[in-house]
Order: sequence, then C-alpha cells, then structure tokens
Amino acid sequence: MMLRSDLQLIADWIPARSRVLDLGCGDGQLLAYLSQHKKVVGYGVEIDVNNVIRCVSSGINVVQGDLEAGLSDFQSDAFDVVVLSQTIQAMRHIEQIMVEMLRVGREAIVSFPNFGYWKNRLQILQGHMPVSETIPYDWHNTPNIHLCMLRDFEALCAKNQIEVKERVVMDGGSRIDFLPNLLGSLAFYRIGRAV
Amino acid sequence: MNHDPHSVGLVCPQTAHFSTPLTLASGHVLPSYELVFETYGTLNQQASNAILICHALSGHHHVAGRHHPDDKAAGWWDNMVGPGKPIDTDRFFVVGVNNLGGCHGSTGPRSINPATGQPYGSSFPVVTVPDWVHAQARLADYLGIRCWAAVIGGSLGGMQALEWSIRFPDRLHHALVIASAPKLTAQNIAFNDVARQAILTDPEFYGGDFYQKDAIPRRGLRLARMLGHITYLSDDGMGEKFGRLLRSGEYKFGYDVEFEIESYLRYQGDKFSDYFDANTYLLMTKALDYFDPGTEWGQGDLARALQRAEAKFLIAAFTTDWRFSPARSKEIVKALIDAQKTVSYAEIESAHGHDAFLMTDPPYVALMHAYLNLVALKAGV
Repeated sequence: MMLRSDLQLIADWIPARSRVLDLGCGDGQLLAYLSQHKKVVGYGVEIDVNNVIRCVSSGINVVQGDLEAGLSDFQSDAFDVVVLSQTIQAMRHIEQIMVEMLRVGREAIVSFPNFGYWKNRLQILQGHMPVSETIPYDWHNTPNIHLCMLRDFEALCAKNQIEVKERVVMDGGSRIDFLPNLLGSLAFYRIGRAV
Repeated sequence: MNHDPHSVGLVCPQTAHFSTPLTLASGHVLPSYELVFETYGTLNQQASNAILICHALSGHHHVAGRHHPDDKAAGWWDNMVGPGKPIDTDRFFVVGVNNLGGCHGSTGPRSINPATGQPYGSSFPVVTVPDWVHAQARLADYLGIRCWAAVIGGSLGGMQALEWSIRFPDRLHHALVIASAPKLTAQNIAFNDVARQAILTDPEFYGGDFYQKDAIPRRGLRLARMLGHITYLSDDGMGEKFGRLLRSGEYKFGYDVEFEIESYLRYQGDKFSDYFDANTYLLMTKALDYFDPGTEWGQGDLARALQRAEAKFLIAAFTTDWRFSPARSKEIVKALIDAQKTVSYAEIESAHGHDAFLMTDPPYVALMHAYLNLVALKAGV
C-alpha cells in the first residue's frame, strides 16, 4: 500500500505498536497503513459521514465527531501520539486543540501548509490572495481560516509551553532545509509538553 | 404476488421449550418457559455466521419476511434483513426471538401458568435485560450456536447487545448498539412511569389479572403508546409531517380529533391496544428502567464494566433522536475507548428521531452494509 507522501512522513515518525489518535482522519488511510505495517492501535476522529463509512469499510476504528467540540471523549495520556494532519488551518479554536492534543497524547504531530511559501508571497506581491498546491482554494471559497507561517506556529507553541521536538519542511515531496519559511510549502512538527 | 429477490419470503415461527429453571434477577425462578423465534438464511457448518437480532419495546421475533403471502406488512426490520440487504441472509444465519415476558408467543403474562392452569397475569415476574440475555444464550445453545458473529439491536435491543458483550464476552464477535443508551435518565424513567400509570389506573386492568375478566385495559395501553410515540419522533419530523394541519380545515371548538397529529396518535394508540399486552408493556418499561450495566458490572463505572468485553463494537446514533440522544451513545463510546476496546461510532443525520433506527436513511444503510461486511469477513462468509 502506497501512502500519500505527506502521510508517509508522519507514519515514519510514529513508533511501532504505539497508541495513535488521528484527528480528522479522512478515509482512514494513515491508520490503515499504521495498523498494517506498525501494529499500531488507535482511533480516528472524522466529521464527514461518508469518510466515517470508508473508515468502517477498511476496519478502522473511527469516531464521528467535530474536533471543535474538543477531545473530552478521550482520557488524559490515553495515546502515545495524536495526529492532526493539514487540518489546523481550518479550525476555529487552535490553541484549545493544541493543548488538548497534548493532554490526551504524550506527543503530537501537526502538519499544515506554510503561508510563508515563496509562491504565496509572490502572489500577494502581485496583488492577489495566494492559490497554490497546498492552499488550493480561492479566497471566497476556502475552509482555511487560520493560515500561518513556520515562525507563527513556533511562537504559539512557545506561548503554550509546547516543545518542538522535530520539524520537517517539504516542497513537492523534497525536504527543504535552506530558508524553510520561504522555500517550504508544507510543514510538519513533532511536539510535546515542555517540562 | 411477485417474488421480491431481496426478501426472505415466507417464514414460519418456531418454538423452543426450556425445562431447565431460569433464575431471574429478581430472585424469582421460572421453572420452564418457551421462546418463540424465527430464523432466516442457513447456519454454516462451523456455526460461525449466526446473528442475533434483539428487539425493542414493542418488537418481537418476526424480523423479516411474511407469514402469509397476503400479509400487509413484512417483519419489523425487513428493510435491513434479507438477501443482499445489510444483514444479508445469503451470508448470515439470522435469528429473531421474542423475549421472555413478551406477548407474541414467548412465555409471558398472557401465557398459561402450568402450575395454576390460569394466565400468569399479575403473577408473572418482572424480567430484566440480563434475564433476556440469559434466556437468549439458552436459545443459542439450543440452536448449536457457541458464538454469535454479531448481536444487533436498536434502542432496548441495543441494551441487550451491550449486555451480551459484558455477560458473555466470549460468545459474540461483534455488538451493534444502535440508538441506545447505557442506562435511562430520570427523564426517560419519568416518561415510562407516566405510561405505566396510564395502564395501572385503567379500571379494565384489574391489577394485571384482566384476562379472566374478559377485559382489556385498552385506554391505558392507548395512552401509553401515544405518549411513547411522541418520544419516538422528532419535533422537526412531526412538524414536517403534520404541522398544524386540521382534518376538516377549520376549528370546531370542541375536544374531538381536529389536528392531524391527534388523529395520527390516536390511530397508533388504537392499533397498538388491539394486539399488545398491557402487562408486557409494563414489564418492558421496567426492564428499561433497571438496565444499568455500569453499576451491575463496574461499580458505577461503565468503562470498568466494559473491560470484560471482547467483542468489537459499532455504536450508532441519530441526530434528531431525543429519547436516546447521540450524547447517550457517546457515553458508551467514551467508556469503550477508556477501556481500550475496538469501537466505531457514527452519528447519522436523520429527521426521523428515535424511530430512525428502523428507517432507511442512506448513510445508515451504507454504514450497516460496511460494518456487516467486516462481520461477514470475520465469520468467513
């Protein structure tokens, strides 16, 4: 089974046999891969009923629900890793979900499109809201309400006593180590509670 | 009649007689009893493909198909059970049973007590969800079913599926708990008690021994059913169907049936009082009130009670259900997750209120198809 490249990166960060909560799990692709290849057990949370049915079809544990309602269904420290993949930019209560993720999980993995990506900056300079591969929506028709750049995200982590354990920035499938806030289109963070 | 390829067709109820005494939760012992049941599909050689359907308050063993070619209505879950349907009788051996205390053929208040030669009436013991599950397990033994591929139920039926998973953890692979709750709230019990009072105060009830008096507490049953029916529908659904429609288009300034909703409820109440037994109704509502596996098995903690469970779970609820709202199903889901069990939960958008578990909202049907396909794979069919 081939995983989408961004999900593969997340999968590589997840230790075998860990307990995983995948928030906004979509059709359950990541969890299916993890349970098959890494003996991971866990649950997905998904709001769309058609995706819930897809998860059920592939034997993935899925709980239909709205992340904005919080994670009160889950006990503290119930998971090793909580995943929030390319969803945070469309959420209303960002700080709440980040704190909650690290309440129920020892560690969290968050990925989001980097608004600071040069193609986005260029379009703004040209006088338009950006539309790019990782932000593929017109301004009037976008679910994204909280776009940010790498530095913004890191500042928010610091504000909430969240430690960045690892960061990878990608563009079109390759890792970007030089000027990531400018040259990277997709950011991945592995975060934990700062002690 | 054209043969519908998705119907189980003509079916015939069977009766199993049990002469091993059954000790009930109340301490009362039933020395012997009968369960009436129906089966659809074929039990495979390994007996791995059996599914038990547990019925709700007014349900029974007649789940699918027809008893006679000219029956107006098919079994109560015919839309879900049949060849090619989610509970696919080409793959599964499906069992429907009328619970103890019922009024559709299993031993109940209407049955003759062999000790007296008279109907049990008021002397029929109160039975509980665990008692039903206990009796269902004996039926499973009788049918040669060691382990159900799935136990499925909606509402009160869902409570039986949940109880199965705790009481007999190694006797089912999957539990499907639909539009149900882990225990009743004060409001739920209150509704039940109003229904019971309607029956108990009907002069034709005679303390439960109305059979010998050739009486039927029809008024009480009617009221109980009307009240129940209101809680089965959603405000929106009722509004959409009836609104403020008047039967004759104008106010009559009297107390006869004027609004369509009055006519509908009275019709439902009348129909119900024609065939349902008042003692059975009392007993079923009491079984609902007493159900509380969290307390029975987990000292008040449902997650602790569910530690015992080995089955995989599907929990489903419906958005407009206010009798057992999605929040009640989520209590079960939360307990299962806390107990680290295998569970999926779907909250189906529907205008049908509590009754939605009997309906065919497309996402609900798709969900059941998807989950029962997993059940079939596990069963090797």
